[in-house]
Amino acid sequence: MADIAVTENIAVTSRARALKRFQASDSIFRWLTGGASFLIMAIFLGILLTLIGGSWLALGKFGWQFLTNSSWNAVTENFGAFPAIYGTLVTSIIAMVLAVPIGIGIAIFLTEICPRSLKRPIGIAIELLAGIPSIIYGIWGLFVFAPYFQTHAQPWIIDLFGNVPIMKDLFAGPPYGFGMFTAGLILAIMVLPFIASVTRDVFETAPAMLKEAAYGTGCTTWEVMWRIVLPFTQAGVVGGCMLALGRALGETMAVTFVIGNSHRIDPSLFAPATTISATIANEFAEAPDDMYKSALIACGLVLMGLTFTVLAAAQLMLRGFERRAGGKA
Amino acid sequence: MKPIARLIAAAAVAGFAITSASAADLTGAGATFPYPIYAKWAEAYKAKTGIGLNYQAIGSGGGIAQIKAKTVDFGASDKPLSPGELAAAGLTQFPTVIGGVVPVLNVPGIKAGELVLDGATLAQISLGNVKYWDDGSIKKLNPGVNLPHLSIVGVHRSDGSGTNFIFTNYLSKKSPEWASKVGAATSVEWPSGVGAKGNEGIAGVVAQTSGALGYVEYAYAKQKQLAYVRMINHDGVAVSPTAEAFQAASAKTDWAHSASFYVVLTDQVGHDAWPIAGATFILVYKQPGDAAKTKEVLKFFDWAYANGDGLAKSLDYVPLPDSTIAAIKKSWRDNISAAAIP
Amino acid sequence: MNRALYVRRRLVNRMFLALSIAAAGVGMVALGLILGALIVNGVQGLSPDLFTMNTPAPGSRGGLANAIVGSLELNGIAVLIGTPIGILGGTYLAEYGRHTWIAFFVRFANDILLSAPSILIGLFIYELVVAQDVIEELHGFSAIAGAMALAVIVIPVVVRTTENMLLLVPNTLREAAASIGAPRAISIRAVTWRAARAGIVTGVLLALARISGETAPLMFTAFGNPNMSTNLFQPISALPKVIYDFFNSALDDWHRIAWAGALIITATVLTLSVFARLLEGRRS
Repeated sequence: MADIAVTENIAVTSRARALKRFQASDSIFRWLTGGASFLIMAIFLGILLTLIGGSWLALGKFGWQFLTNSSWNAVTENFGAFPAIYGTLVTSIIAMVLAVPIGIGIAIFLTEICPRSLKRPIGIAIELLAGIPSIIYGIWGLFVFAPYFQTHAQPWIIDLFGNVPIMKDLFAGPPYGFGMFTAGLILAIMVLPFIASVTRDVFETAPAMLKEAAYGTGCTTWEVMWRIVLPFTQAGVVGGCMLALGRALGETMAVTFVIGNSHRIDPSLFAPATTISATIANEFAEAPDDMYKSALIACGLVLMGLTFTVLAAAQLMLRGFERRAGGKA
Repeated sequence: MKPIARLIAAAAVAGFAITSASAADLTGAGATFPYPIYAKWAEAYKAKTGIGLNYQAIGSGGGIAQIKAKTVDFGASDKPLSPGELAAAGLTQFPTVIGGVVPVLNVPGIKAGELVLDGATLAQISLGNVKYWDDGSIKKLNPGVNLPHLSIVGVHRSDGSGTNFIFTNYLSKKSPEWASKVGAATSVEWPSGVGAKGNEGIAGVVAQTSGALGYVEYAYAKQKQLAYVRMINHDGVAVSPTAEAFQAASAKTDWAHSASFYVVLTDQVGHDAWPIAGATFILVYKQPGDAAKTKEVLKFFDWAYANGDGLAKSLDYVPLPDSTIAAIKKSWRDNISAAAIP
Repeated sequence: MNRALYVRRRLVNRMFLALSIAAAGVGMVALGLILGALIVNGVQGLSPDLFTMNTPAPGSRGGLANAIVGSLELNGIAVLIGTPIGILGGTYLAEYGRHTWIAFFVRFANDILLSAPSILIGLFIYELVVAQDVIEELHGFSAIAGAMALAVIVIPVVVRTTENMLLLVPNTLREAAASIGAPRAISIRAVTWRAARAGIVTGVLLALARISGETAPLMFTAFGNPNMSTNLFQPISALPKVIYDFFNSALDDWHRIAWAGALIITATVLTLSVFARLLEGRRS
């Protein structure tokens, strides 16, 4: 930092030199950060171009029908991404519905309820879930969870909703053990730590003063969290959920082993299905001809588009938050 | 932190120079089915000659793509390329080992090898037309067996694989309905049943599901001692899946006259032949850019044909009969440029 | 005082707090089950061979030495490349471009990259680096291609968390720095980054945890290698790929080694996590 020189002359020139140095380092820094952003954009565009190039063949043949076609036949070369899109959306929704409340619940627990001595171990334990390789989730799901689910939980659930009008179809069918629900559940466990750790970090930045003021007016712990801390940190929490959703949409290994891999659409959540990532992972390595490969890459492009739509919707939601909170629209 | 960072950086730079992978290493990519035996052969070959082989099982499609892109020295595929495809790419192919597909089941009271099926019935089951184990068509083939009234749960490979190709190829040969409705490929649109990933996936699902009927690679069925099904072969004999049965599948095949070894060993003639067998293939360039490398590749397989039978059998792969090997060597001389032949 | 309201508020409070405890419980149970399976199966494969011998052929003795070294190299380079780009990018989004359109698009692109299936990222690097003929040394499978693919996975995670954390640093800190005449660059480095450091470290750790288990992007870039190699321009082995290959096989030996490998990855990520948290704890 600029130091105060002894004589006025030296002070003036060294100050001028220091200012010039700072200007230079400031613009270099600004260019560096801008350059990084540019690189990110370039990578994104590069991937997009690679995807478009690779899917040209398939999209040229099928056009928009690719999105609504339910057939997936390598022999007649009739490919449609609809079952994969359906599976991707449903499993991700299940994952988020389960993971968001539990993740936020864990964050609340860690910041408010947890006794100080247990805070670090439990916090680390939750983060451990993030460190487990996704293939282990898949193997665990296939060999440990799915059989248990099939023999103990699924029949019970199917019977429970046996006669309830809508739920009966949602939870119908022979208990395979795997299917969309199992995949969604395992995805939920996978993305849980993302939501929990980011939300916890974000909660800890909430100024103690705000919380104390709320307690001071007689709020219960829950009310402080729900009405003060969460609204204050909502942008950060949504950011954590975005990370989680991104992971859920694109996750391959964990889902591939337990989703049942069937290009069919079934109203039951217990039915086997497929997701875009699982389809690509399962079939790309063996796809022998160009049209098949192109169809798979087209699925990748569709996933990009899907993510785009979901994120745009989230952005709008965030804007709504900001506007209501009085921020810049 | 700073001095530590510097130390780490220095170690890293020094570390990057280490490699015990010599430049003479051969690279190959493709089919997952022969991965264990190629790895075993590579280990023995390296011990003998010092030349290493880096083979990665990225799938037959991957193998074909990589040899076409010239990022590897040879490609490997469970499904043979047609003569047209080979000519278009300037490649030639030859088989290395034989394997095959074994149907496995999980029906209470039925032990390994007790049930007998034939191709047509298997196709009807896979199409979803035969729904119960005590169906008339199954009963006819198994007069003495006590078949329960249980739903058949068909389990198939969800990932693309050579195993799928061999299985669907067989079903297409035995059932015109299957051939027209579904066809044969490494990945098809299964009309019914549940998909599982890999051999373990199928084995796992079959083990958990009462009434399941799936199919796995022969080596897997043998090593895991799964409850297999006997099949009625082309000659009308019910055979068990054994190494001899697999070899018998290739014994009468006229390899020498098939263009570019474009034969799928399903439903082959032979009293003891197992009907759902197949070979796995290597792809190299006819006019390789790096003739020396291709020569090393061929030398490797030459060595494997001569010395690798014992290793192959120990891993439950079926070595090719001598007549086939002679045909292969001839095809090398006929198709590949002289500089690349050992 | 309205007693009913008071009672209801307390009840609601108790209920939600109980639910939070239950949530933590669910997390711990899931963790316990998975880790339990991992430890029970992985411990059986642990042996000195694991760290001294290379990946074996079927039926032979072997270990994971080349895969461990390969993963260290790939993950290390990926984090080395990805973290600065990620932090700088996140800084741009939070500090310089907070409400500009450029930042909006970059943020969007970043979020989409975040959920791109890793196999597609692998294919992108394959086209860009492996399959190209322009730069001869880079043609073909190589460690550097694998590291680049992993870096592309690291960057969006770090950008997201960095931006989030920087946005949460109160403006009062920035204003204070400005008021003593600190130039922007220094104010960001010395004040804002330092305030958000814990969160940024979390982001880097999350990214590292993610790439530690990724197989698909390495299939067409790093390729794999049965021998020990650290050469940047040659194919290199990697733990997740070996685990995937070994699990897909029928051999019990390979399965045992695969479980041990999975245990190693998880244990490493955990240790790093703990280490980083301890370091943070000591400093603040």
